[in-house]
Amino acid sequence: MEESMMMEEGEVAPALIAIHPVEKSVVVAIGSELRVFDLQEDCASSLVDDSGRPLHMDSIRAISFGADGRLFVSAGDDKLVKIWTTNPWHCIRTVLSEKRVSALAISPDNLFVSFADKFGVVWVVSTEVDDERKDEASPIFAHYCSIITSLEFSPDGRFIVSADRDFKIRVTVFPKRPLSGAHEIQSFCLGHTEWVFVIITIFISTFWHFVICIEKVTGRFSFEFASHSFFAVRFVTCLSFVCTQEYPQGFLLSGSGDSTVRLWDITSGFLLDTCEVGMEAGLLESDDKEETLCPAITDICASPDGSLIAVAIQRQLFMTNPISFFALCSLHGVVLLSCNLSGRTLSITKVVSMGGTFIPTSLAMSSSAEHLWIVTGASNLPALDSPSFARVSVISGLKKHGSDSSDDKPVVLDDNEIPGGSKLLEKLQGSVSISKGEEALAAAAEAVKIAMRNLLIKRQYSVEKRELRKKSRNDRKLKQ
Amino acid sequence: MSENKKVMNKPNKSTGLPRKRFYRARAHSNPLSDSHFPVPLTPSHVDYALHYPQYFQTDHTIADNGDVNNNSTASLHKTQSKKIQFADIGCGFGGLIVSLSTLFPETLMIGMEIRDKVTEYVKERILALRETNPGQYQNISVVRTNSMKYIPNFFEKGQLSKMFFLFPDPHFKEKNHRRRVISPHLLDEYAYTLESGGIIYTITDVEELGEWMKACLEDHPLFEAISEEEFAADPVVKLLTSATEEGQKVARNNGETFTAMFRRISPSDTESGDVL
Repeated sequence: MEESMMMEEGEVAPALIAIHPVEKSVVVAIGSELRVFDLQEDCASSLVDDSGRPLHMDSIRAISFGADGRLFVSAGDDKLVKIWTTNPWHCIRTVLSEKRVSALAISPDNLFVSFADKFGVVWVVSTEVDDERKDEASPIFAHYCSIITSLEFSPDGRFIVSADRDFKIRVTVFPKRPLSGAHEIQSFCLGHTEWVFVIITIFISTFWHFVICIEKVTGRFSFEFASHSFFAVRFVTCLSFVCTQEYPQGFLLSGSGDSTVRLWDITSGFLLDTCEVGMEAGLLESDDKEETLCPAITDICASPDGSLIAVAIQRQLFMTNPISFFALCSLHGVVLLSCNLSGRTLSITKVVSMGGTFIPTSLAMSSSAEHLWIVTGASNLPALDSPSFARVSVISGLKKHGSDSSDDKPVVLDDNEIPGGSKLLEKLQGSVSISKGEEALAAAAEAVKIAMRNLLIKRQYSVEKRELRKKSRNDRKLKQ
Repeated sequence: MSENKKVMNKPNKSTGLPRKRFYRARAHSNPLSDSHFPVPLTPSHVDYALHYPQYFQTDHTIADNGDVNNNSTASLHKTQSKKIQFADIGCGFGGLIVSLSTLFPETLMIGMEIRDKVTEYVKERILALRETNPGQYQNISVVRTNSMKYIPNFFEKGQLSKMFFLFPDPHFKEKNHRRRVISPHLLDEYAYTLESGGIIYTITDVEELGEWMKACLEDHPLFEAISEEEFAADPVVKLLTSATEEGQKVARNNGETFTAMFRRISPSDTESGDVL
């Protein structure tokens, strides 16, 4: 029963958004569908793939524009990595991956695409069409069997940075001939803590006694507990780079399940600053003493100079109510930070509320940082009329234009003020407005929560349950 | 339960050493499974005062009468003065580090072992050795961890001068090759923790694994094979077979062993090599 529940939930994938570096086009990926809107021409773009195959056959898990916007890559659960030119939108290569793809990046010189699979192996493929190595990617390095959550190239292209679910960030020298492997590790950025983990553990141990007491009466409760025992996210979820002319090598930003955003010097792996986003944004305050809030950073994007960093937060609500063991609740909005690179500090500038049922699943910002594009949504929703749901929103007025322009406040644009207007929304959302009524919206928001939770939670079993699962394994059968 | 065990696990009366039969464990452990033991956050969080009390004695006295915070900052400071230089990955019952301890009395070394009971044995063994030989065996310690996952949490870049992989689990099945402790991708991490010129020692009694380890190291651009003369001159080499429990077992059965020793070379050397 539990397995089937996992399968069902596994198919739900959160919506993703990406923006061209100079806002020429915006892409939303929802399920297996790529939706592209050309902002320059003010029209929807159609994608051309000569291979004749369907574009993607399963949920897309990662999308990315190259640094200059000429190339775009998409990949996901169908084990296909598609490399596109963006003008016009044309698929130049389809690379087969052995495993499902979890993260992607394009090198700043547009020569290589790197992707990570579910076994923690990072692969590289040349973007130049070359008959000899057709559709073949080369493994360059690996995290030891830990899912890679994010991949980024440093702005100068010298390093490739990967984050995994064992709270490890690895900085690897990206060689001139990467197809033969990237063996030289520059540094490890270690420091994301188990803070969230610790709180949850304490909680479970007190709660455990409670469940055991009940079990004596009903005999059934321990199974309920075991099947619902999750640990909250504690791994690094997202990476981004900031750099200025004085610091061309760039600094790394990472967001994690420990509700912090951290600033790193990648050449040494030194932690420069930590911003306790959850704490400082006041998200940890709770009226109800019986709830423990552990907000996780789910996405991060930064203007290249670091003056503006936007973070999406997923607030996880841990409740003592035995009926709904775990429920998730989101902060409906984004937190804006700024990075002072000369002082090497991070600080929170603003919390922007989105209101209603808007739970950001992905963020995107062009290099001018004029607008922050936000999407919420998920695919393969079981309980809804339409299988997928996406809602796009834009925040404007992020940049301070003058020194004394304190009036410039970030505002959430109305649908008709969004660049591209209703035509864009029709393309990216599938419909202009979501007018399904409160109930449908709430159901959609619930589904988005489930999708996000699945990404954030590492399933954890009780000791008894673990032993039980081991018994069914052939290699553990003891001869007795 | 644990108290019961302690009563049962009486050390040997004549030597004071713990007895192996109380600490036997299954020889295989799955390195892919999730870990349920504490891991230091960064190399500077490794508690040296706990592992090497004599070398970091000042911290210990602070720990006795001072508060916890005081202790951790003091030990962090101390860490910078002396660091672990030898690591025995998969140390088993600890035969090698015990022998190395007297051979390199001024070098801090650590054994890493994933099996809980075996780690307990090594811990007891070291404590007993320290007691019966005052002033000796202060430079060795053991930790329970999954070194395939957490090596970077224990050692800084270029911190180690020797790494030992003695008689590792052969994992014959092809689908389990990724569980082998020497693999092309993991060698990147070992190269990161080894200083330039540092040496990796590998030995096995399984020919297939011996060839695999040698091939992995030969193909890696950051390692070069060690010459025959150097091999013969290294005092550590004969300990690989004579000091370890597995080595002694192989010798008893007149079995063959396959050794591979490789040196970490610096990236600048390899770059020039790449150009050629």
